[in-house]
Amino acid sequence: MTPATDTRSWLQKNRMTVTPLLFLLPGLLFFVVYVISPIFQSFNISLYDWDGLGEATYIGLDNYRELVDDRAFETSLWNNLKWLALYLLAIPAGLFIALFLNQTVTGIRLYKSLFFFPFVLSQVVVGLVFSWFYLPRVGLLNAVLTFFGLDSINVLGDPDLATYGIIAAGLWPQTAYCMILYLTGLNAVDPEQIEAGRLDGAKGWKMLWHVVLPQLKPATFIAFVVTIIGALRSFDLISIMTNGGPFGSTRVLSFMMFEQALSEYGFRMGYGSAIAVVLFLIMLVFIGYFLWQMWRDERAARH
Amino acid sequence: MFPTPIQKRSRATQITYQTLLPLALIMWLLPLLAVMLFSIRPLSDFTNGNYWGIPSSFDLFANYGRVFFESDMPRYLLNSVFITVPTVIGAVALSCMTGFALGIYRFRGNLLIFFMFIAGNFVPFQILMVPVRDLTVSTGLYDTKTGLVLFHIAFQTGFCTLFMRNFIRALPYELIEAARVEGVAEWRIFWYVVLPLMRPAIAALSVLVFTFIWNDYFWAIVLTQGPGAQPVTAGITSFNSQFVAQYHLMSAGSIVAAIPPVAMFFAMQRHFIAGLTLGAVK
Repeated sequence: MTPATDTRSWLQKNRMTVTPLLFLLPGLLFFVVYVISPIFQSFNISLYDWDGLGEATYIGLDNYRELVDDRAFETSLWNNLKWLALYLLAIPAGLFIALFLNQTVTGIRLYKSLFFFPFVLSQVVVGLVFSWFYLPRVGLLNAVLTFFGLDSINVLGDPDLATYGIIAAGLWPQTAYCMILYLTGLNAVDPEQIEAGRLDGAKGWKMLWHVVLPQLKPATFIAFVVTIIGALRSFDLISIMTNGGPFGSTRVLSFMMFEQALSEYGFRMGYGSAIAVVLFLIMLVFIGYFLWQMWRDERAARH
Repeated sequence: MFPTPIQKRSRATQITYQTLLPLALIMWLLPLLAVMLFSIRPLSDFTNGNYWGIPSSFDLFANYGRVFFESDMPRYLLNSVFITVPTVIGAVALSCMTGFALGIYRFRGNLLIFFMFIAGNFVPFQILMVPVRDLTVSTGLYDTKTGLVLFHIAFQTGFCTLFMRNFIRALPYELIEAARVEGVAEWRIFWYVVLPLMRPAIAALSVLVFTFIWNDYFWAIVLTQGPGAQPVTAGITSFNSQFVAQYHLMSAGSIVAAIPPVAMFFAMQRHFIAGLTLGAVK
């Protein structure tokens, strides 16, 4: 048999490569223009002294040198750490509420939704709701404290307390998010393993730790991802509740960056970008870890 | 089931549980309930220091009426709608395509591109801020809804691609192979075979992206200013400076701002939760 000459067009022959490329193109274009290339641009801008309008002057690593001595930067970095550590409380708290609600009594579905719905509120609204909750005279918190004969406190006016007050506000929706992850996870827990555990005499904590939690691993992983990203992204609450104050005590890196680059502190785009780069590098550690985990799952799925 | 079903416990435990449930819920929503109570009080209650007693009159309609008729609130709400809806359509449409490409075809760099989408989705907004603002200003889109929409579409495409690609991966691949054997063109496979199966994913993503974008604050203040283009999250701060210290109106205003995503959630709960768990927790 003579080899038939291939009469198909180039497009037909290569359709398995051309088709995915064409489908990817619009989305990829958008993403590269608005997300990927700005990351590299920011790295570049961080090496300049630039007010956003005039001529940019190359100053090498001077912005970074300035950061090292900037007290505001130090405070922000510490606050970021506080956010990170305390925000993780949302995971056990969410698990606790999920276990509490994982029953089948009448109306439980409505209870689950109502427990969850703070997450749907915008952070701006959460921030406002909590600033009013904390108000020294009008707020409910102090009404409750005075009712029990305690001294009233001005949470957001006290530099030692303000950051914790904001984190508490942030924990409210974040706990709701973790709760829903665990509630969905608990639905999929294998009843046979629970029964087997019961026969082995496992109860309460032991059952939770050795039988239930291992099965909730996917939920825990996602809870970690969203909580850590959420903690490092914190901006809205700070901007709404204290605007960085009192005396700059509630600044975090994301907020300080915005302040330096766009608000009353002047348009220091280079300096702001340097802060953003530091924040990005911190986040990159976590992003790298998450991607590595996902890549492992991906490989496991292929074999 | 874990923990032990309450029905198998003693009567006393059951009664305790049934009373704890509403109490816990009230505690959980306390800050919000306080704001709701504020929003129906008359101004005189605040001047008289009657914050937590019985409202001296029921001013729900008066307060919310003023939010709608004496402020820019309706304008901001409308802006939010015109920012959110096009973003949802754009991001979902783009990610149906990217998800299809990455989920169905094997080609070099597939996984690399996929991970680029995931990684981009996690970066801090601040690293994008200066260049994106610059780009928006130089294209003349600063302080327009279009400028905001374009950025949102691009950023949300990252998350949506992650979701769509994993969803398509879980579809039965035989369907596509069967269609190929029949000689169906690739784009027809996308349109007639895959897309109809993606309906649940499209619904989940739409609800989720709607909430994300409606609630966005950072990009709203970076890329817009003033009631011409600002969405309600940013507008609420000007609203609050208009009615400074008038807690009954500020409360009503923020409740109005919060209602659309909340309504969306209660109407489409199942889809919403499927989306939030990234489809990874079934």
